[in-house]
Amino acid sequence: MSDRQTTSVPEQPVMVGEKLPLIALAGQPNVGKSTLFNFLTGLNQHVGNWPGKTVERREGKFTFNDRRYNLVDLPGTYSLTANSPEEVIAREFVLRDQPDVVIAVVNASNLERSLYLVAELVTLPAPVIVALNMMDVAAQEGLCIEPEVLEAALGVPVIPITATRAAGTLALLNVIEDTLAGNFLLTPRLPEIRADHRIALDEILNHITGNVPSPYPPEWVALKLLEGDTEITRTMQNTLPVEKWEAVNAVLRNHDDALLAVASGRYEWIGRMVRAAVVQPRMGQISWTKRLDEWAAHPFWGLWILAGILGLVFWLTFTIGSPAQVWLDSRVVGGLSTLAGRVLAEAPFWVRGLVVDGILGGAGAVLTFLPIMVIFFAVFGLLEDTGYMARAAYVMDNLMHLMGLHGKSFLPLFLGFGCNVPAVLGTRVIDSKPARLLTILIAPLVPCTARMAVVAFLAPAFFGPNALLVSWVLVLFSMLILVLSGSLLNKLIFNGQRSAFIMEMPLYHLPNSRTIGLLVWQRTLSFIRKAGTNILAMALVIWVLSVLPGGNFQTSYLVQFGKFIEPVGRWMGFDWRLTVALIASFPAKENAIATLGVLFGNDQGVGLVQSLTSTYSVASGLSFLVVTMLFIPCMATVAVIRQETNSWGWTMFNIAFMLMISIAADSGVYHLAHWVGL
Amino acid sequence: MVSLSELLVNEQATIRSFSIGRSETNRLASLGLTPGAQVDMTQNYGRGPLIVMVRGTRVALGRGEAAKIFVERNSS
Repeated sequence: MSDRQTTSVPEQPVMVGEKLPLIALAGQPNVGKSTLFNFLTGLNQHVGNWPGKTVERREGKFTFNDRRYNLVDLPGTYSLTANSPEEVIAREFVLRDQPDVVIAVVNASNLERSLYLVAELVTLPAPVIVALNMMDVAAQEGLCIEPEVLEAALGVPVIPITATRAAGTLALLNVIEDTLAGNFLLTPRLPEIRADHRIALDEILNHITGNVPSPYPPEWVALKLLEGDTEITRTMQNTLPVEKWEAVNAVLRNHDDALLAVASGRYEWIGRMVRAAVVQPRMGQISWTKRLDEWAAHPFWGLWILAGILGLVFWLTFTIGSPAQVWLDSRVVGGLSTLAGRVLAEAPFWVRGLVVDGILGGAGAVLTFLPIMVIFFAVFGLLEDTGYMARAAYVMDNLMHLMGLHGKSFLPLFLGFGCNVPAVLGTRVIDSKPARLLTILIAPLVPCTARMAVVAFLAPAFFGPNALLVSWVLVLFSMLILVLSGSLLNKLIFNGQRSAFIMEMPLYHLPNSRTIGLLVWQRTLSFIRKAGTNILAMALVIWVLSVLPGGNFQTSYLVQFGKFIEPVGRWMGFDWRLTVALIASFPAKENAIATLGVLFGNDQGVGLVQSLTSTYSVASGLSFLVVTMLFIPCMATVAVIRQETNSWGWTMFNIAFMLMISIAADSGVYHLAHWVGL
Repeated sequence: MVSLSELLVNEQATIRSFSIGRSETNRLASLGLTPGAQVDMTQNYGRGPLIVMVRGTRVALGRGEAAKIFVERNSS
């Protein structure tokens, strides 16, 4: 096997203030990698995307012993084979960016599985340090692990830590420092494969040597070819001379079971490590996870628990979110408007209008949605961190089959309750292309926070004490439309095919307030950024259109446009103002309220809620609520649909499909409501 | 040999072979399901997905996927 010391020792950055040492954090999902990342970087982190991909890239800086370090959080992956974009990103980063150290986070309570990634990492040319995380969980389960023995067996430093309590992190930082200073002689033991495949591997290596593009190590490429890795196979097919590729291909054809042999080889290697290092094996006690799963993953009770949790989320939204919203609206935004009106009393009418109606009216209304956004982000972060999300996918698997999907599609759709943009991006967890496309197409039917905020504002106005019930029915109605659309599209376009459902069920664990806090902070920040630019700009455009030409509202462009398309709106019980508000919700759903605020802003001294209830019938109000749930996806969602489907055709299809559904369903609802006398 | 989906709760078995695509095989392997691995059926209601314990990990599998994994019951 390859001798890493001689092949590629990364250069040691010596000078402080020159290039910061680059440290990569690798690990499988559910090993506490994020907790460690958050502990090391705190608020000093940046969330973006990997170049050309929509996979989240988290990067941060930290200081230890007066020295600054760059820390990159690699996507959580089970292996480094080209099964998913995340796996390609992780290995390409280690190979191309050549981090000075790779910290491999493993779960001490689940060594056998989580060392699998380490078995792949040690074959790459970068120094590896194993952070043996969750020592507390291992101890609770009666596992006794000797880190020194594991270190000796692996041939790389092993540091026991408990990231949730920041235990052992000092030792980890010291080892990073020592490794960078070259104080460790690293000789990792590498996994081996069966003798007959060993011969095949050597043959392949023979054929490819001299033709392997940098930065790939030839040994590693040979192994990946044997594993049938799609990316590496394609790369080598394009690089190798034809006769050499034919020779390689002949070897591969004779060893088509090599994939499992390579994987088994890794587990044998892991088995040797685990047998050496684990002194006292797990005791036969029934774990908390097993006991909880008897309920949470039960085909009947599990659904009720899920429904209860979703209900609790909405209850929280209405009991904490709505009052906070009202307070922000009346005290903060209202107060600022009054103040601005007084300060600008002498200013020209358009300056006062721009500030009070345009800026404060638009952006202010958006800021009042913050409490609801924070609640959603916190609850979803909590469910993710405790391990419940996987149970939701599991119990929803049967229902998802109705649409030709499986449980994994439920996770992104569930995320859609927060915002449709991450829902569309989140479909990356789905491995089959048709299932992923179908999930993207129906994802905009999940009512997002922004739409629920519009509902939370309008439902109490039109339905008083029954607002909560009406909101529930609206959500259920959306879900019904979603299931119907999904099964219809699946039959019509995808011929009812279905992809594989293979998923880890992580152990339940207590949520980490720091992890969730940072998550809420990051997402809220990005929402404010979006509100600060996109939505404010739209509010200004609406205000400008409402005063041009000539400053008279009744003859403005906005009114003219609304009156022009009013006939379509009238099918759904809308006048031109509701029609304009609906159109203005395209840049961002929450704009509907901001626009109504601007449109009714001329009614001096009357609150928006009173203006609305005195202007519209309950049937029109209900109709507007329904169309809010079903109307075409917002601008940001359309942008990511285009990006993720990589097709304007599917994007346009999606918009047309939703437009059709919303107008058809809503006309029905309005006429029904009108007929029963609402 | 039986398919994994026929295993009853608390029954233990050894994985023998897969008749499933390459990318699925890869994903099963990275979650610990390889020939020779011991599985312990944790949840199987005869319909819908099921949960097996393998190499200390709980893995959820769709019924269709489990039907394509062949195992040998361990003699108790």
